[in-house]
Amino acid sequence: MQVPAPFEYERATTVDHAIGLLERLGSSARLVAGGHSLLPMMKLRLANFEYLIDINPLHEELGYIRFTGDEVRVGALTRHRELLESDELAAVFPIFRDAERVIADPVVRNRGTLGGSLCQADPSEDLSAVCTTLGASCVIRGPGGAERVVGMEEFHVGPYETAVGDDEMLIEVRVPVRPAGGSAYEKVERRAGDWAVVSAGAAVWLAGDGTVADARVGLAAVGPNTTGIPEISAALRGNAPAEELYDQAGAIAARSCDPVTDQRGSADYKRHLAHELTRRTLRKAVERARSGH
Amino acid sequence: MTAVQEPKLTTFDDNDQKPVGYGRMLRKEDPRLLRGRGRFTDDVQLPGMLHLAILRSPFAHARIVGIDTSAAEAAPGVRAVVTGAALAEQGLAWMPTLSNDVQAVLATDKVRFQGQEVAFVVADDRYQARDALELIDVEYDVLEPVVDVRKALEPDAPLIRDDLEGKTNNHCFDWETGDKDETDAVFARADVVVSTDVVYPRVHPAPMETCGAVADFDAVEGKLRLWSTTQAPHAHRTLYAIVAGLPEHKIQVIAPDIGGGFGNKVPIYPGYVCAIVASIVTGKPVKWMEDRSENLISTGFARDYIMRGEIAATRDGKILGIRTNVLADHGAFNGTAAPVKYPAGFFGVFTGSYDLEAAYCKMTAVYTNKAPGGVAYACSFRITEAVYLVERIVDTLAYELGMDPAELRLKNFIKPEQFPYTTKTGWVYDSGNYEPTMRLAMDMAGYADLRKEQEVKRANGELMGIGIAFFTEAVGAGPRKNMDILGLGMADGCELRVHPTGKAVVRLSVKTQGQGHETTFAQIVAEEIGIPPADIEVVHGDTDNTPFGLGTYGSRSTPVSGAAAALVARKVRDKAQIIASAMLEVTVADLEWEKGRFQVKGDPGKSVTIQDIAMRAHGAGDLPEGIEGGLEAQICYNPSNLTYPHGAYICVVDIDPGTAQVKVRRFIAVDDCGTRINPMIIEGQVHGGLTDGVGMALMEMIAFDEDGNCLGASLMDYLIPTSLEVPDWETGYTVTPSPHHPIGAKGVGESATVGSPPAIVNAVVDALKPFGVRHADMPLTPSRVWDAMRGQATPPI
Repeated sequence: MQVPAPFEYERATTVDHAIGLLERLGSSARLVAGGHSLLPMMKLRLANFEYLIDINPLHEELGYIRFTGDEVRVGALTRHRELLESDELAAVFPIFRDAERVIADPVVRNRGTLGGSLCQADPSEDLSAVCTTLGASCVIRGPGGAERVVGMEEFHVGPYETAVGDDEMLIEVRVPVRPAGGSAYEKVERRAGDWAVVSAGAAVWLAGDGTVADARVGLAAVGPNTTGIPEISAALRGNAPAEELYDQAGAIAARSCDPVTDQRGSADYKRHLAHELTRRTLRKAVERARSGH
Repeated sequence: MTAVQEPKLTTFDDNDQKPVGYGRMLRKEDPRLLRGRGRFTDDVQLPGMLHLAILRSPFAHARIVGIDTSAAEAAPGVRAVVTGAALAEQGLAWMPTLSNDVQAVLATDKVRFQGQEVAFVVADDRYQARDALELIDVEYDVLEPVVDVRKALEPDAPLIRDDLEGKTNNHCFDWETGDKDETDAVFARADVVVSTDVVYPRVHPAPMETCGAVADFDAVEGKLRLWSTTQAPHAHRTLYAIVAGLPEHKIQVIAPDIGGGFGNKVPIYPGYVCAIVASIVTGKPVKWMEDRSENLISTGFARDYIMRGEIAATRDGKILGIRTNVLADHGAFNGTAAPVKYPAGFFGVFTGSYDLEAAYCKMTAVYTNKAPGGVAYACSFRITEAVYLVERIVDTLAYELGMDPAELRLKNFIKPEQFPYTTKTGWVYDSGNYEPTMRLAMDMAGYADLRKEQEVKRANGELMGIGIAFFTEAVGAGPRKNMDILGLGMADGCELRVHPTGKAVVRLSVKTQGQGHETTFAQIVAEEIGIPPADIEVVHGDTDNTPFGLGTYGSRSTPVSGAAAALVARKVRDKAQIIASAMLEVTVADLEWEKGRFQVKGDPGKSVTIQDIAMRAHGAGDLPEGIEGGLEAQICYNPSNLTYPHGAYICVVDIDPGTAQVKVRRFIAVDDCGTRINPMIIEGQVHGGLTDGVGMALMEMIAFDEDGNCLGASLMDYLIPTSLEVPDWETGYTVTPSPHHPIGAKGVGESATVGSPPAIVNAVVDALKPFGVRHADMPLTPSRVWDAMRGQATPPI
């Protein structure tokens, strides 16, 4: 049995209680939600925190998926399983269900959360790629109820690093809803439940004439953070969807990303996958946009 | 004679046929295990028990300059901190390995692999023990490691084993088999010679339960009780007696329930010895359980063979000879579990299932700065490597000749009338009838239709592959005169007692790690004496309560102890017959055995049951002249030969041309393990082994970086397959009994692990044929398959 170094543990009862504890304990404390990344790192003693603040009691407060019309607001403590099972979410953003199907396994999905996934800021993390693809923004609350909203590009500031301060907490993710959209996610993994070798998300919004009004692609595991690639959006906008266009986007993805060779695969292969998965997800996203998904 | 099974789908509702003997029945051990009532080593709790944690080397190769334990000794709850220097004072710093090498219990001079044991802490609880490890200050002088096995013998390679007197290089041993000159001559006159470099990467058994022990030394009795995760409790007891100098009759080794072994629990690990020392030093029971990372980085690995395989044949596809050269990585200490006369295990069966004119193998084994081992991992002593090599190069020959790989195999099989068949490397295959097994697999697969489907798909640019592997294993070691572990002959005892009410206890020297011994052995005895398996208790895994024997590995339980169980039951039955003759007042010759009873020939109404006889044997009434009371017997079975199970496996894969991901679509496994005792258990063994094979073929590998850091130290890094990577297995069987085994059984535990990797790799290579791929090494991860598709296949090491 792998055992972590000694630490103290407290259950937060409200968001402000959690933030109050963070304010008092500073960088020696860490929030724990699902714990599927944090606890293994602590057991391996790669991460050592003096205090763990358990925010699972906040699920009632922060576990929700709300539709405002022009936005979907997802509470930070919403579990993977809730994202997977929400038909309403899948109707608006099928990319969430695509991704959740390939995230870990049911046991992890029962406990792991959206906020935890984003705050872990693992470069290979799937929901970060989804939120990047969808141009989501993150609501961060600090002491005294102060809230600020940052886009995904600013939220992740490096591998395993986010814009969330020591006394702050991610409380909500907001995803803009636009008409005539479609989205999709694909992942290549060595084994079910493994981290991505590479994964790609695509979201496409069509204009009335069937051309691409806007499109976004997000990649995981090919750089320090999940990456959205503006050049792809620019290349797609205003064009009629076609295989050649997807291929062009894939080529941009391949040359824009920055993979490294590791146990999961060679950098060349990952670049190839960035190309291939970009094509595949764009194709599917367009199909879904056309069919009303 | 070979009986061929009619192909049919397996159903599960007929799994409990309540046989009195052979047949499908649910496992007797499962209610306990499924209800969480199993008792594993980590479940053992003794009054006053302390906990031990081991400090391991972060470096692959470094000299130990000094160790300061003072802070750890002062930490809360710490009872003792022990270093190699302290052990050396007792002469316990080094211990023998299973291959007559030595291995450090705790490093004294230098560390030789990352994860090597350096010191241990004993504390009141496991958390205190683990925390105190961080307080031990070890000063290392880091040395250049030997990581690349191909460079281990270069003149300027750093010397790893300077502890061995006179050692000037990293050479471990040389070994050869077969006839070199004859083989060269055959190659010289062959029409076709194909040469392929094949790597079987280092993999790890990764049992669900890691290794551990609870040592309890009673200073008053002078008795050591050791609960430990061991597949070979008796062999371990003897070795502890030799290593620790404790009298053997005062050592009791208990292997409680074991959560998977696969060879990983054959060796004696430093942790076991540390626990014993700790109990002696503290006077308290001491528990050591390694964690997952410790298990993966420090305990017995498997494989790590770099092989060049050459095959010679005539143009029309008659295989003439096989020649191979092997470079074996044995890590820092030679800890291979292999009989002394067989340093490369049973690799000599690399001639496969084919009738050859000549064969030759030359092997060089070296030391590197990696974990020691070379244990089984379900390989029957290196047969996994041998079968992989031959089945891979036979496929390369088929490619070269443009022949169908099934036809090439059928053309070259050893014929049924040639058995017993002596191979060109000296192995005597006991029995075999290969063609019906192969044909059954082809029928089940719909082989001809699969090839047609493949043709259509290829025309559409789809990548579909069909892979075949045919294997012959050599399992059930001894005989004892040839096969031993550190001088202990490979034979196994068995004792059977029938109690007065006709219930029985059978005691075994082998030890289940999940194979279902408590069921299979009850069924073997039931078949012989007609007592239902439910009335037969199987006792095993406790050296004080079982007869001596060498344990469970190399698929030897049924071939060796299964024979012992059948023979001891027959001995009891012979005695029962004498008692029955007195009870029925006829001569012994007038009795005939009808399962469960003796009856008078020609008058079946006149009979006594085995239960009646058991009561009489223990009763107050008279027994025949010269017959002692009781109904029990004991034997020790020394096999006259190995047994040679065989099988035909066919794998169908689809590869995504865009991502290079391999999907195993179908897998057909036809096994011939001779007499089948419990077909449900056999199928379970096969399912597990096939899953293992998918892991090794597609994802498993213990890799190292250039500094010798192990890159597979967790199950996030060292991948093992899940149910989502495997298809619904399609199993079939033929039955060719072993002629020398009392019940004709051959053993099946490792067959599927041996046979499946080549079938999967052959299927992947077949799928990649449009790219001109002739070979690609495991693990066939998407990235490595993509390399192969572009003509850039590289060895994994």
